[in-house]
Amino acid sequence: MIALENVSKRYSQSVALAPLSFAFRPQATTVLIGPSGCGKSTVLRMLAGLVLPDSGRVIVNDLELSNANLSGLRQQMGYVIQDGGLFPHLTARDNVTLLARHLRRDNDAIEQRLTQLSDLVRLPSALLERYPRQLSGGQRQRVALMRALMLDPPLLLLDEPLGALDPITRYALQGELKSIFSQLKKTVVLVTHDLHEAAYFADQIVLMRDGQVIQTGVIDDFQKCPVAPFVSEFVTAQRGHVPLAN
Amino acid sequence: MLLLFFSTLLVDVHGAELRVGSKRFTESYILGEIITQAAAQANEATVSHRQGLGNTGIVFAALKSGAIDVYPDYSGTIAKEILKIDGPFDLALLNTRLAADGLGVAVPLGFNNTYALAMLETQAATLNIKSVSDLAQHMQLKYGLSQEFLGRSDGWPGLAAKYALPATLPIVGIDHGLAYEALAAKQIDVTDIYSTDAKIEKFNLRVLRDDRQYFPAYDALLIYRLDLPARFPKTWQRLRQLKNTIDEATMIRLNADAELAGQGFATVAERFLNRDIAHQPAQETQQNFWTRLMAPDFLRLTLQHLNLVFVSLAASVAIGIPLGIIASRRPSFAQWILSLTGVLQTIPSLALLAFLIPVFNRIGTIPALAALFLYGLLPIVRNTYTGLTQIPHSLLESAEALGLPAGAKLRLVEMPLAMGTILAGVKTSAVINVGTATIAAFIGAGGYGERIAAGLALNDNNMLLAGAVPAALLALMVQWGFDLLDRWLISPGLRRNPAHN
Repeated sequence: MIALENVSKRYSQSVALAPLSFAFRPQATTVLIGPSGCGKSTVLRMLAGLVLPDSGRVIVNDLELSNANLSGLRQQMGYVIQDGGLFPHLTARDNVTLLARHLRRDNDAIEQRLTQLSDLVRLPSALLERYPRQLSGGQRQRVALMRALMLDPPLLLLDEPLGALDPITRYALQGELKSIFSQLKKTVVLVTHDLHEAAYFADQIVLMRDGQVIQTGVIDDFQKCPVAPFVSEFVTAQRGHVPLAN
Repeated sequence: MLLLFFSTLLVDVHGAELRVGSKRFTESYILGEIITQAAAQANEATVSHRQGLGNTGIVFAALKSGAIDVYPDYSGTIAKEILKIDGPFDLALLNTRLAADGLGVAVPLGFNNTYALAMLETQAATLNIKSVSDLAQHMQLKYGLSQEFLGRSDGWPGLAAKYALPATLPIVGIDHGLAYEALAAKQIDVTDIYSTDAKIEKFNLRVLRDDRQYFPAYDALLIYRLDLPARFPKTWQRLRQLKNTIDEATMIRLNADAELAGQGFATVAERFLNRDIAHQPAQETQQNFWTRLMAPDFLRLTLQHLNLVFVSLAASVAIGIPLGIIASRRPSFAQWILSLTGVLQTIPSLALLAFLIPVFNRIGTIPALAALFLYGLLPIVRNTYTGLTQIPHSLLESAEALGLPAGAKLRLVEMPLAMGTILAGVKTSAVINVGTATIAAFIGAGGYGERIAAGLALNDNNMLLAGAVPAALLALMVQWGFDLLDRWLISPGLRRNPAHN
């Protein structure tokens, strides 16, 4: 089980999360969405153990996240951020295998996994010898995804993974990511500010505002049964002023 | 590196060695060399000469700590500067007072080298200045006085009081070795001299009469540790034979041989002990730069210099990088650590060296290494701190979210990312060390500074350059060496224009 139980968080003056409880559906893709400062990234960072709640509990794999089990639990999750977070001093290959090598995993197994992953994310293996600076934005995100998947974790956390890409690359990667998610059957939590992207990926969408969950469901629920005026406002705003013809 | 360090330690604690010291001016170098060679003639102890050990304060501290066993000094200096005796004194009084520290004076060498004020004969004649009292009539004169004279209790402050010279006189501090040229170039009008200086005649100076008898007698003699006669009785016997062997004229001649004829101190001392001094003045043997540079001591000085620079640098790295890491982890420590290492940097090098002698109870390599180590800390600590704190937050979080434990995160991610900045700090320390290590010669640690110190004392530019030029070249080579190290230690992924594979 992966869940938040009554967690709250304040940053000096402002409330980041009001007391909040939420259980993530296993082996499904949950997308957190909402305006800036709504707390969606805080939730994701809390699951990764990068932010500790002021009160309440964070449950990952049925265990309460604590300093004692943090390192171990993190190996059960993959984490990808907007610009990939690749280490610039390491080649793509070394970025992907860093933790596995630190844990002294078997070399052949590492090589095998590397081939498997570069096939999965469609990264030509020659690019594995390059440094992040020598890769395009889309290639970097593929490498970041490989790194997150290296130890085959059951939980995948993605914070605006396609946010920094140009529209064409982004469009192509969205398709690939969706097929990867459905192949792998992992519990995925993805943060985005783009409702179209959310609708495309999500088994369940969670709309947040001011540190609280406003509505959960699929895209139809948001369009047809908004629980608050804010929901309609958010949906309308995402449609844009000039709807493009299909 | 570590082995080198311990070997220097071992050499320093060697027991059956008689160590002679001297101060950093020509006459002291020569007398130190005479004592050294005479002591060696007794064939009893291994005798070494720690030459040019800075001013009275440093060399006396060295004697008191046992780093040296004997050095030449002057009765007036000991009475006024060291023991602060008001009024008259004699050898018996000096010995009574020194006995408390296990020290004594003996073997008056036979001349009185008093302090005096001097000016160009032509100018003195024009202004009709014959004695120190006359100076009060000429307030426009510029004074260039040696730092030691300015600070000593038997120096300028007392003299000015005795002769009622106002505090408003234009006074600059100047190295004694340079004062004569400054007089000749009319940069200054009055300077302090030693009455046995060889250059008084050469520069045609008028020595002003001390008409109010301010200066005490400065009889040259040996000041030594009281255990010396018992440890090396034969050697002591030989040193006692030096009593009354050097009169004032002989001393002026010896100084001239070194300063004007360009003879080495060892040669001057050797000729004196072989008694072929009085008959013929030394030949003019001023050596050119290349002969000076390639003198037989070149290899020894180079090794000493490298030893000073790299052993201290290794220690600075070994301590400085962990300190920088701690500072980057604990903002409350960072302020303290950075301020403390910053303050160390502001202590003048000679002052730090003088301060470290009593701490280690010895002179030479050990306090010099300690001083260089302390100077080397700041750039390394600061750059380690800066390098680590400037890593983008997103990368630190990525490393953390990956599940790397703190130690692995530091080793595999943070240090490699900060390496460029850290290496730049180490490079700065190394280059500064090459320069600062030249000062170490003042406390007997050797290195290229030995030539610079001797060159300053003799006002011999070739000698000075023969020390300064290789030091500058070494600094350049260290710089290049670190540029190569950069390529080896810094990931190609962090360079500006990485080549495509």
